[in-house]
Amino acid sequence: MADSFWDRHGLYGVMAEFAEPEELLAAAEKAYGFGYRKMDAYTPLPIEGLSDAIGFTRTFVSTFVLIGGSLGCMGGFGLLYWITKIAYAHNVAGRPFNSWPAYIPVTFECTVLLASLTAVIGMFALNGLPQPYHPVFNNPEFSARASIDRFFLCIEATDPSFDLVKTKAFLAEQNPLEVAEIEK
Amino acid sequence: MKVEELEALEKPAIDPGTDHIVGPGFTNATVTDKIANVALRPFRSTPMVWFLGIGIAFMLMQGLLIGSAWLFYKGVGVWGVVIPVAWGFAIVNFVWWIGIGHAGTLISAILLLLKQDWRTSINRFAEAMTLFAVAQAGMFPILHLGRPWLFYWLMPYPNSMWLWPQPRSPLIWDVFAVSTYATVSLLFWYVGLVPDLASMRDRATKLWQKRAYGLFALGWRGSTKHWTRYQMAYLLLAGLATPLVISVHTVVSFDFAISILPGWHTTIFPPYFVAGAIYSGFAMVLTLAIPTRKLFHLEDIITSRHLDSMAKVMLGTGLIVAYGYMMEAFMAWYSGQFYERFMYLNRATGPYGWSYLMLIACNIAIPQLLWLRSVRLNVPILFMLSLVINVGMWLERFVIVITSLHRDWLPSSWGEYHPTEFDWMIFAGTIGFFLTLMFLFVRILPAISIFEMREVLHHIKHRHEPQPAPGPAHGD
Repeated sequence: MADSFWDRHGLYGVMAEFAEPEELLAAAEKAYGFGYRKMDAYTPLPIEGLSDAIGFTRTFVSTFVLIGGSLGCMGGFGLLYWITKIAYAHNVAGRPFNSWPAYIPVTFECTVLLASLTAVIGMFALNGLPQPYHPVFNNPEFSARASIDRFFLCIEATDPSFDLVKTKAFLAEQNPLEVAEIEK
Repeated sequence: MKVEELEALEKPAIDPGTDHIVGPGFTNATVTDKIANVALRPFRSTPMVWFLGIGIAFMLMQGLLIGSAWLFYKGVGVWGVVIPVAWGFAIVNFVWWIGIGHAGTLISAILLLLKQDWRTSINRFAEAMTLFAVAQAGMFPILHLGRPWLFYWLMPYPNSMWLWPQPRSPLIWDVFAVSTYATVSLLFWYVGLVPDLASMRDRATKLWQKRAYGLFALGWRGSTKHWTRYQMAYLLLAGLATPLVISVHTVVSFDFAISILPGWHTTIFPPYFVAGAIYSGFAMVLTLAIPTRKLFHLEDIITSRHLDSMAKVMLGTGLIVAYGYMMEAFMAWYSGQFYERFMYLNRATGPYGWSYLMLIACNIAIPQLLWLRSVRLNVPILFMLSLVINVGMWLERFVIVITSLHRDWLPSSWGEYHPTEFDWMIFAGTIGFFLTLMFLFVRILPAISIFEMREVLHHIKHRHEPQPAPGPAHGD
């Protein structure tokens, strides 16, 4: 079922445009209830509950950050330990080679640095950004207003239950301003 | 841009008062246009004051170029630093600039976690201020190195001499703290900008503008899946930046407090430095926000509610700073230590007594006016007060650095510090550099977070007209 007939014929999906976020949210919930899974909603501001409505719940960003932060923490402390105990062990005012309390600030900064970098790079990587081309921008209404004040729901042609006529009819029932076919 | 849009740019905005964080009648589209058009307006419709301001700032910036060129050529002797005062203007300015940066992180991270919705109109602006202030701060320790071209020796890297920095020293902690802070500030600012850059890309009419904004918008399309990950990343960044901002000024205060010099070796330093940093940072946000909102008619987005709240934060942090000064005086007496007492008396009545008196006037006495609501709502007076506090916080660092160093235990090694013209030139130059960057920022990028303003409008709408929400409840 990977490639549907419509997908093979250059169709990305069918997109409905809404004026209000509540209408989009209701439509997204109905679409999920109707059995559609491969879909995405596009909004100019984050809308609470919308990602749950389309069945997207796990972000993995926090897992990335936990890994990044732990590596930063161990790397920061490990670096200082290695410098003062192994690579360049010198007696400084009688302090022990591993004077760990003095290493806490740098360990903390390295933790924050790596955690922040993984948060940002991980988020963009999971989002697949930067992405120079995406089919949704083929809809002129989308490229003009999706980032300003309109709300869009796109059911993708790769969805097993996708059928151009039926999906269009389904979206047209959700009180949209417009329903458009999106080419790849 | 259409004629009516151009006319709208000149229309004065009405401040809706302290009860509103945004003026009436805004929709997602109009708030986008209002903010985006500050940057997207044609070159010839730029206000004349903007050209005047950036012209002056750019000229000031040349002081930095000339001063540092001469410094590189001759060495740090062109400054007034001479033993016993080896830390002069460079360290004073470093601490002042980095402190200013802290308000930006406080507004964007801590107030986000505390769900303060008034932060939205000023966070972008304050984050940019942070970034540019940290850039100024970062220059000073490097200029102060003596051999600035070897600054990379501060970083632990494998080198042919197989030498490593001394990680028990707070100066090395500083390298890590400041570079991490600069990086995280940049990340925070840029991540916040991405959805707005997408709006700018879609709003821009000229192809080159579309391309320029589009390049940095990374193809953002507002997908819900993206927003979910985005919000998670943003929240985590805020959670990481909150302890970071406190750690950075703590580490800066360790530069002083870890030493054994009277006047520096105190445990009050970390909290009092952090409070002072926020104090000066909020003063700088006000110094920048008041002219900007006037110049670009943003009074209905940066309202008296914001000015009032910022003034209250200044008052609160100012009182913590006052407590710090009192504790310094108290501990000098209570410790019973001869040198501590002498240091305090010398600070208040010695050759630099004038700076201590001015410091008390600028940081403690005059800001008490902020208790009065009428003062907090009087924009010109608030602006003047913010300048006074900026000066006061600079004097605080001057007092801490100079008066503690110039007379220590041994009277035969006492000395005085006199800044030279190159000290002043480089200091003024960084102010010019900072202001040049701020002027460019408000003219090129959305100075207010557009998508977060849309969220504010969304929440306000749901608060005022409760409707049977489909699905989970919105707002809070």
